[in-house]
Amino acid sequence: MQMQPDTSMTTVPLYRLAHSRTGDKGDISNISVIAWTPAYFPLLQSQLTEASVHEWFGFRKPRRVTRYLVESISAMNFVLDGILDGGVNDALNLDTHGKALSFYLLDIPITVSRELAATLPDVHPSYQ
Amino acid sequence: MPVVDTLIRTGGQTLIFETLAERTLALSQLAKNQNPEAGYEPLLVELLRSALGPCLQHGIRIVSNFGAANPPAAARRIQLLSRELGLPAPRIAVLSGDQLTQPDQMAYLRERLGTRFDELDIVSVNAYQGASEIAQALQAGADVVVAGRVADPSLVLGPALAHFGWAEDDWHRLGCGTIAGHLLECGTQVTGGYYAVPGLKDVPGMDNLGFPIAEIDASGALSITKAFDTGGMVTEQTVKEQLLYEVHDPAAYLTPDVTADISGVTVKQSGNDRVDVRNVTGHPRTDTLKVNICHHGGWLGEGEISYAGIQAEARAMLAAETISKRLRGRLKLRIDLIGATSIFGDDDGELLRQHGGGAARDVRLRIAGAHAEKEIAEQVLREVTALYTCGPAGGGGVRTALRPRLNSISSLIPRELAPASWSFTE
Repeated sequence: MQMQPDTSMTTVPLYRLAHSRTGDKGDISNISVIAWTPAYFPLLQSQLTEASVHEWFGFRKPRRVTRYLVESISAMNFVLDGILDGGVNDALNLDTHGKALSFYLLDIPITVSRELAATLPDVHPSYQ
Repeated sequence: MPVVDTLIRTGGQTLIFETLAERTLALSQLAKNQNPEAGYEPLLVELLRSALGPCLQHGIRIVSNFGAANPPAAARRIQLLSRELGLPAPRIAVLSGDQLTQPDQMAYLRERLGTRFDELDIVSVNAYQGASEIAQALQAGADVVVAGRVADPSLVLGPALAHFGWAEDDWHRLGCGTIAGHLLECGTQVTGGYYAVPGLKDVPGMDNLGFPIAEIDASGALSITKAFDTGGMVTEQTVKEQLLYEVHDPAAYLTPDVTADISGVTVKQSGNDRVDVRNVTGHPRTDTLKVNICHHGGWLGEGEISYAGIQAEARAMLAAETISKRLRGRLKLRIDLIGATSIFGDDDGELLRQHGGGAARDVRLRIAGAHAEKEIAEQVLREVTALYTCGPAGGGGVRTALRPRLNSISSLIPRELAPASWSFTE
């Protein structure tokens, strides 16, 4: 029997489910992912894994990606070791701190039901 | 200053200036090498001119790391400022012990870091000191506490220790005071700064963001609010972003004072621009202090040129290829196509290769390279400038810069090898 594509599901960029900020210490970047509401947190927990984030940042060749959960604030913290080209003093990047990296992660696609997608926050239409 | 006015109106105890980033200290040391009375925060007088009088008048203590590489000189400058302003002479405490220069300290770092330690052209070596000496100075009656390198959250924990008389092994409360400091340490990053995304995360009054205020009670419960009559906002979201900022393991946020733990933290909006932070705790501190070693790191050469119109990206990439060939083997180059792809990629350029040839019609090529020898780094500048006459058509707006680099490595040192102390300025 041929599998039918599941038309009840779709993908949305992470920023519709969560907000994020990057910090740096040496050659290590940490990227927080904070669900807009606790209801979105299980989705993030199941899809935003160490492996999926490692793959998303694969072009920067992280040595290791570690995920810490802070369920009490519906948040997770990704620690990406070795992705800053040596860090703030060594990198040739304009953004030596990797400050922008949270906004790279905010584009990662997350699979959600179409029903949920229709209710998620998004950039106000006047900006689109 | 709205934050000082707010402290006066609400019975605030302490005004904290956190002014020291990792590199700032090395720059301050270089300034001190040139002039023994320099090496503290260059904006010291500007920061204190309007705050010092009201704080002294209302018994609000001032605690800061604005001493940078030269806390005694900063203290002398503050004394001079108080005379200039016709104020009563403040009691100023100066912290020391963060600058590591002793032979036994150097020997330990050499043993830990190996031969590369001897190869470094060192500018400064500093240990991150904690809150104890700040608290002692405040309890002894200091009006102003001038520190160099202390851990940022210790600037807040110190006054809390002094005010409440918490024991130095009351790990739970020390954890709370430390997280209060962690939330305040980047100023307006908790009051709407570094938060806004138009249409998604809007922040009111960005032009006049209010400084944050932490209210801490004797149990360690804390709330974050901000100065009256200012812009910005304190929401659960702004507080959560700052809680995790520069944190690795949320259960083990290491400072010289305590291992703070936010793995079960809760936040709750309890009023307009007021968020309660609860369920923070702490565990025993580690036996070591973090050490930052700043050293000269050669030269960074950068050049930029813009291309617009037809084949803009292709012309920029041809320019990059041309320079890469002309400088082949002399130094590693980083190439950015500003307007197409620049800061997301790493120095190896994999993202730029994946990007391939795009159709952006207004891009700015940036080429950067670093080298120990100034003359070699400088060749990047020369080659970018040469694109005017021997690069692709229509390149314009060349800007170049050559600057010395300060690099740093971090290490640990046992506490007993780096004792801190404090004294009043005569």
